[in-house]
Amino acid sequence: MIEVEHLTKRYGRTVAVDDLSFSVRPGRVTGFLGPNGAGKSTTMRMILGLDRPTSGTVRIDGKPYRELDRPLTRVGALLDAKWVHPNRSARAHLRWMARTNRLPNRRVDEVLETVGLSGVADRRAGGFSLGMSQRLGIAAALLGDPEILMFDEPVNGLDPEGILWIRQIMQRLASEGRTVLVSSHLLSEMAQTAEELVVIGRGKLIRQCGTAQFVDEASGATIRVRTPQVERLRGALHQEGIEVRDEVVDELPTLVVAGTSSERVGEIAAAQGVVLHELSVQRGSLEQAFLQLTNEAVEYHAHDGATTGNEGTDR
Amino acid sequence: MTLLAVERIKLFSTRSPWWCVVVAVGLTVGFTALMSGFANEQGTVTVGFTQFSYQFGLMVLMVMAVLAVTTEYRFGTIRTTFQTAPNRAAVLTAKALLVAVLAGVVALAAAFLSFWVSDLLATNSDLSLSGADAWRNVAGTGLVAFLAAVLSVAVGILLRQSAAAVTVVLVWPLLVEGLVSLIPRIGQDIQSWMPFVAAHHFLFGGQPDSAEAAMMMGMSDVPYGPWAGIAYFGAISVGLFVVAVITASRRDA
Repeated sequence: MIEVEHLTKRYGRTVAVDDLSFSVRPGRVTGFLGPNGAGKSTTMRMILGLDRPTSGTVRIDGKPYRELDRPLTRVGALLDAKWVHPNRSARAHLRWMARTNRLPNRRVDEVLETVGLSGVADRRAGGFSLGMSQRLGIAAALLGDPEILMFDEPVNGLDPEGILWIRQIMQRLASEGRTVLVSSHLLSEMAQTAEELVVIGRGKLIRQCGTAQFVDEASGATIRVRTPQVERLRGALHQEGIEVRDEVVDELPTLVVAGTSSERVGEIAAAQGVVLHELSVQRGSLEQAFLQLTNEAVEYHAHDGATTGNEGTDR
Repeated sequence: MTLLAVERIKLFSTRSPWWCVVVAVGLTVGFTALMSGFANEQGTVTVGFTQFSYQFGLMVLMVMAVLAVTTEYRFGTIRTTFQTAPNRAAVLTAKALLVAVLAGVVALAAAFLSFWVSDLLATNSDLSLSGADAWRNVAGTGLVAFLAAVLSVAVGILLRQSAAAVTVVLVWPLLVEGLVSLIPRIGQDIQSWMPFVAAHHFLFGGQPDSAEAAMMMGMSDVPYGPWAGIAYFGAISVGLFVVAVITASRRDA
């Protein structure tokens, strides 16, 4: 259990994290979602006691991180896979980490095996590819067999195989009953792995809810209907108390219906004997929806206001 | 103890400390050998004479001590370190202690090797390790290196960048402390209270050839005894280290 309460971090006049409160519960993957520069990494560093909050508190199972005894056995984290001395071997890197928390050397070999680095354990970490570095970082996070795990943008820059592997390992960890917090700026990635979402923008909390709920709300599914008998159908739908909007799509008059199902619209049309030329569910793309929600919260706007989806938050 | 063991693993699982040790001993002993070999004719090799080149080794060991900290900042491993052991004061103290002990032992080895090599080469001089002054001169280099390493670790923690911190620990003792005496009227007095001048006085003060030694370093006479000199040097090293630890504990890693 991670509890973040009224967390604020200021750098001079810039507010990186602004009165942020949320909690992360065990047994599921919680996605920490927000555009670049939203304060995700800063928040994670404060959770680990690396950065000092300007105000507010973070508690890990009721205690601040700095008061944890043998913290690796409580919280494992991968914030940056490059935080390794390039001339030290993977094994030596894990060995010193294990030693700090009085973990046996046997654990080092075990986690190297888990992430599939046993074969290259004695090679210098500086020569590792990004994928291998990421695996080493995950090995380090797993070292103390902790109940809580945190990963900051773990799939960034990985090839499809690496992405798949990371997703699987996160889901496995959550299914073992652990608390998993993983950050990303990609909603589509989170939709694949996370059950619950903490969405932030400009350091502020936007939503904390289930992923499915967030996706539904955010994408706001609508139904597009085309018919030669526009007036009649509109009247019928109005009678049922259903919201209807007139739009012109591809130079054809179209009704856009929200807040109901396509089945319902079809049934109403049939009852009225209305001919339908099109009846389709329109789902906004996840990225578009995410942008809409975090739009005001994006720190670095592209100055060209005419184009949308140009905020440069992806990849 | 755990943290000391951790720092030992960290220090010796990279190559640069090994090189620093080899270079520190090699430079010190090699230069002493040259000096003693060529001075043999005059028969003027004294105990102090065998130790003049301690500065070479000291500089290399100080660079090693600085790098032990600044590479952690450079590669981000300091964050991993603080994540695995959140008590920063304890971690940094363990690091300083380990590096300082290593520097002390290496300097001590270099000092006795220098003496032994000189004894072999300077056949016309009567070298012997007798008397408190001679022992302080030779064995004292270990203590000076120990404290200088603590000072260097402190500078490394405060500046966090290798280039800046190395520049400071080299330029300060080699240039600043020497050039300060050029300030008219007060320069000589200020110089007497410079930390490395005090450490130097601890090693060479009170010896028959101390005036010569002082002259070689371009130094003025100092108004305190050798042991007061090392106490002063130690106070500055430890004081700066305490400031560094408090700073590191407060700021973001």
